[in-house]
Amino acid sequence: MPTLETVVKNGLETSISPSEISGEETPFQLIVKRFIKHRLAVIGSIFMLVIILVAIFAPAITPKEPYQVYDEFSAPPSAEHWLGTDQVGRDIFTRLIFASRVSMMVGLGAVLIYSVIGTIVGAVSGYFGGWVDILLMRLTDVFMSFPSLMLILVVVSILGPNLLNIILVLGLLGWPAVARLVRGSVLSLKHVDFVKSGVVLGLSTPRILFRHILPNAIAPILVQATFGIAAAIIVEAALSFLGMGVQPPTASWGNMLTDAQSLTVLTSQPWLWVPPGMMIVIVVLSINFIGDGLRDALDPKTLK
Amino acid sequence: MLEVDHVKIAFQSDKEEVTSVEEVSFAVNPGETLGIVGESGCGKSVTSLSIMGLLGKNGKVKKGQILFGDEELTKVSEQRLREIRGNEISMIFQEPMTSLNPVFTIGNQMIEGIKLHLKMKSKDAKDYAIEMLNKVGIPRASEIMKEYPHALSGGMRQRVMIAMALACKPKLLIADEPTTALDVTIQAQILQLMQNLQKGSKTAIILITHDLGVIAETADRVIVMYAGQVVEEADVFTLFKDPKHPYTQGLMASIPHLEYENEQRLVSIPGSVPGVKQMPKGCRFHTRCQYATERCQQEQPELEQIQEGHKVRCWLMEEAPLHPVLGKPKEELVT
Repeated sequence: MPTLETVVKNGLETSISPSEISGEETPFQLIVKRFIKHRLAVIGSIFMLVIILVAIFAPAITPKEPYQVYDEFSAPPSAEHWLGTDQVGRDIFTRLIFASRVSMMVGLGAVLIYSVIGTIVGAVSGYFGGWVDILLMRLTDVFMSFPSLMLILVVVSILGPNLLNIILVLGLLGWPAVARLVRGSVLSLKHVDFVKSGVVLGLSTPRILFRHILPNAIAPILVQATFGIAAAIIVEAALSFLGMGVQPPTASWGNMLTDAQSLTVLTSQPWLWVPPGMMIVIVVLSINFIGDGLRDALDPKTLK
Repeated sequence: MLEVDHVKIAFQSDKEEVTSVEEVSFAVNPGETLGIVGESGCGKSVTSLSIMGLLGKNGKVKKGQILFGDEELTKVSEQRLREIRGNEISMIFQEPMTSLNPVFTIGNQMIEGIKLHLKMKSKDAKDYAIEMLNKVGIPRASEIMKEYPHALSGGMRQRVMIAMALACKPKLLIADEPTTALDVTIQAQILQLMQNLQKGSKTAIILITHDLGVIAETADRVIVMYAGQVVEEADVFTLFKDPKHPYTQGLMASIPHLEYENEQRLVSIPGSVPGVKQMPKGCRFHTRCQYATERCQQEQPELEQIQEGHKVRCWLMEEAPLHPVLGKPKEELVT
């Protein structure tokens, strides 16, 4: 009968070195490598990095004040005002930069709120099943069946249109999609053996759910959240355009576009509306490219 | 130490209650290995899950009791059950490839259980985890601690699972087909490993398998299950030398042997296990038993002791209490 020593030795001989299989790459490095292969995503990331830095350091970048009124109004671009001034005489370039803060705050704030709510609701619903699941999923259905833009308009007009309210409303209405997504992942993950092993090890239910199951479901949440940021920015722009969003004098790309409602501006003063319009398009595109890249990079089935 | 006494387990389905396991009794003593054999669907895993309290929402122990030490496991609180799990009773599953969480390192997962049950500090837990990995024969243990499960082979992962299961020095280890997913050489290593670790620790093992070879190799005592019942219980030597129940005999006869002639067809037990909803009346095996009599179709036999430590559930025992081995089932030649 072989002794423990020979068993150990056999183990040594038959086991393949793990580093040979993984090729000395950590999973994180692998994800970064796949992400970099996605050209548009890389361009989008660089652009977003610039925008975020600009938003953070806005006062350092432009010497002018966003609310200060200058002598000339509706002035075309010049050396003094790079992108001209608006109808009240404020510097458009400065306002454009300060407006990026609003968009970033809305995008990140709203998505953060609804990702957290959606993840918790979905995880609890999927893991516990039964009447908990039924109750939470019907609630989700109810939230999903609201015509959201109308609801947002109503809520904002009751609560008052300001940045915080918009973030809260978007955050509290956006969670159903995330909840469904997370529930689906949790449903398939809860029957996997390592969850059983966790139970057998005597781990508590919250620990199993949030420490062991959720990290396995994080990839789709991350991708969904990325696209969510773009969607939130668009909704904020739409609300501000309609006058129900961020109120002047605070600058937002949406309320800067409001000027384009007049035909004269639209036809003869493009510097008033092209820059904020461009910013919205480019930012949303960049974020969506990043989302695409993330989805490919995080999908374990992508072998490249 | 563990005593399972006349346990009946039922699952609630949409309309009715389905009995999966009935009249199952056995005991496990410290340091002993109890083998549970039987074909798929005969209640081996359900029995073991009931010990851990893992039957799920729909499953329930309807009758009987499961005594662990002096605690009745079907009655203790969920809180106490969590303390027992992983600490006093551990379990190893069939599929090592999916038993480890793919997003955490081996070290991470090992330390978690050790910290939880042994209340060690992170540093000590880490050292202890490395020590355990060394014990189960994993080379370069401290480096493996930093690896993710995907980097390990099936045999290595099962070793990690065993290390985790034994880290808290459990009194009882339930191994549910621990080697089924592994190839034969690794299988032998793993079984040997479990036996060696058992010797040093007085851990009792319940080994669930359908592989009689594995049983012969490792078990001290064996219970044979069929259709949710124990049909025979004996020590391993008696069972292999002198199987009494026609089902056990059938299982023995269906093991392929090297010395078989080329043309000789492998013996099989005709038919398959009846579904839980269509349990036959009388002896549950009578539909497949070549010795079945009228009585077998009508009345259900009890598990009777025929010798010290040898129990059989069969009417034939009563009719001829000391009848000789029933002889090998007919082996036909393929023409």
